Amino acid sequence: MLIEQPTPSYRDAQGRLRSRPLRLLIVLATFLATILGFGWGFGVMRDPTTPRWLVTSIALLIGVLGIWLLFWLANTAVALLPSERWQQRLRAWVFVGPALALLLIYLVYPTLQTIYLSFMDARGDSFVGLDNYAFAVTDKTMRSAFVNNIYWLVGVTVFSVVLGLVIAVMLDRVRYEAFAKSLIFLPMVISFVGASVIWKFIYAYQPPGRPQIGLLNAVVTGLGGQPVGWLIDRQFNTFALIAIMIWLQTGFCMIILSAALKAIPGEIMDAARIDGADEIEIFFYIIIPALKTTIITVGTTVLIAVLKVFDIVYVMTNGQHNTEVIANRMYAEMFRFRNFGHGSALAVILLIAVLPVMIANVRAFRRQGQ
Amino acid sequence: MKNSYGLQKFVSRTSLHIAVVAICFLWTLPTVGVFISSFRDSTAMRTTGWWTALAHPFNFTQWTTQNYGEVMTSNGLGTAFLNTLVVTIPATVIPITVAAFAAYAFAWMNFPGRKFFFALVIGLMVVPLQVALIPMLRLYTTMGLNGTFLGVWLAHTGFGLPMATYLLYNYISQLPRDLLESAYLDGASHFTAFVRLVLPLSLPAIASFGIFQFLWVWNDLLISLVFLGTSSDVAVLTGRLSALVGSRGQDWHLLTAGAFVSMLVPLAVFFSLQRYFVRGLLAGSVKG
Repeated sequence: MLIEQPTPSYRDAQGRLRSRPLRLLIVLATFLATILGFGWGFGVMRDPTTPRWLVTSIALLIGVLGIWLLFWLANTAVALLPSERWQQRLRAWVFVGPALALLLIYLVYPTLQTIYLSFMDARGDSFVGLDNYAFAVTDKTMRSAFVNNIYWLVGVTVFSVVLGLVIAVMLDRVRYEAFAKSLIFLPMVISFVGASVIWKFIYAYQPPGRPQIGLLNAVVTGLGGQPVGWLIDRQFNTFALIAIMIWLQTGFCMIILSAALKAIPGEIMDAARIDGADEIEIFFYIIIPALKTTIITVGTTVLIAVLKVFDIVYVMTNGQHNTEVIANRMYAEMFRFRNFGHGSALAVILLIAVLPVMIANVRAFRRQGQ
Repeated sequence: MKNSYGLQKFVSRTSLHIAVVAICFLWTLPTVGVFISSFRDSTAMRTTGWWTALAHPFNFTQWTTQNYGEVMTSNGLGTAFLNTLVVTIPATVIPITVAAFAAYAFAWMNFPGRKFFFALVIGLMVVPLQVALIPMLRLYTTMGLNGTFLGVWLAHTGFGLPMATYLLYNYISQLPRDLLESAYLDGASHFTAFVRLVLPLSLPAIASFGIFQFLWVWNDLLISLVFLGTSSDVAVLTGRLSALVGSRGQDWHLLTAGAFVSMLVPLAVFFSLQRYFVRGLLAGSVKG
């Protein structure tokens, strides 16, 4: 009987090369190649004469493979350390370090900096105390922005949650539920810009007497009314914009609420029906109490999304005709008027508005005792 | 008695169906209108409503694909489409990779400050990215990252990380402890365990979040406007389209075609990956 000889291996149990100098060499070579490759790639991408397809391919290559290469390199470099204890200590930071560094650079540092800038003048040079906040609450446009934001927050949240819930309950009772759901949450994947074009077309206005190409004005004139400039008329314009957001958000509410609805045991509703409850009573006395926490979660999510709404106003009216909201005004202050103080103060106001949600989230996490 | 009950039931069923169909119709109508319009001739668009074309749908002389050709070439949506791909794919892969490594560390590794840093991640989840814009723009200007794809990828990574880390942590920390421990006993390093075991097992969570990050980046206007700008060699679809609304606001044949070009990929993602999309929604993948 022949016993198989173990072949001498260049690799250890973990599949690494046994020779440490060789490993070091490979890591160094890969590291150099990566740096050179990145440098070359970015150089080519910046060159305006490079053909588009090449820029596209290089960008995708660097963007997709580069990140994996960097993680692999860092991990291999740590494995080369002579001390086992240091390897252990550092390895966790290879995994979590990049994420923490990015969070510090992109969220923690700028947030602190923005708070600081909100007490400084337009260029961020000298201290002006609370002037920027005074501007935020006294300026005429800002006042209308606050009022409009409240319309947005209440209007979108209430309508999309209520509509989402009612539609979820109705669809629960029909057989083509999946298909109908798809149609209603399809707008969710459309960008705010795309949705704005879609609705701008619906709100299109032609002077009376000319054929209306906007659906809404065609309906109005068809019923014998006068065409309305939906985006100009101050009575309607903010609500015309709010309708877009409701159209986009209702599908989201419906999906979440529908899933929660299906989790209510059917026996409870059947028992109520046998006891003579009609569908309206079931809706108010069983469904709504059972879905209370989901409704609050969904409502909060919508509320935060609405608070930051920018794209719709930016594309549709850019805040003209009394349609301004905080987030759009902030963008204008920052990048059109170059007033960093005003812009920062508005950003801080948005931050303060989400603070309760932030605190609630962290507390909920702490309570889980992790 | 029985008859009237049956009749009542029939009436209520019928009104339910009518209501459902009406809502679906209402919700779909805006998109359908734009889709139909994008194939109509520019003069017809200016003088008649899109619904009039439906009176004689088989009159093929009224349909044209010229709008798409025009908007893709002379209005630069073709280039913008490529740019959007270049922005979106890495801006989806990078945050998921970074977040997955971090989520693994939070779930299965020990390091000082673990709890504190995870609380930080959760706290940052709802921070409006608006608070980061001015300082980041100033930093980018000094570093020469303004208007580069790298700058936008990293910005999307930074802003998407808290949510990505949190969601992937929820999934990765629930993987069976025995499985990972036996892998470590067999001599697998953390890196091997992560790549060979955790990543494949977490694929459903990664797919769900990936779809959201992809759509979010594809549809984003604000970040690309601030960090990438609107010059035609880097501008993305949303930026070009919103510029088009400003400059060609009455040219509906271009706007409708442009809107549809920008919606093409999200709609394809939606229809092909709807299952993961819904799963992701229920796991809370929506940006706060």
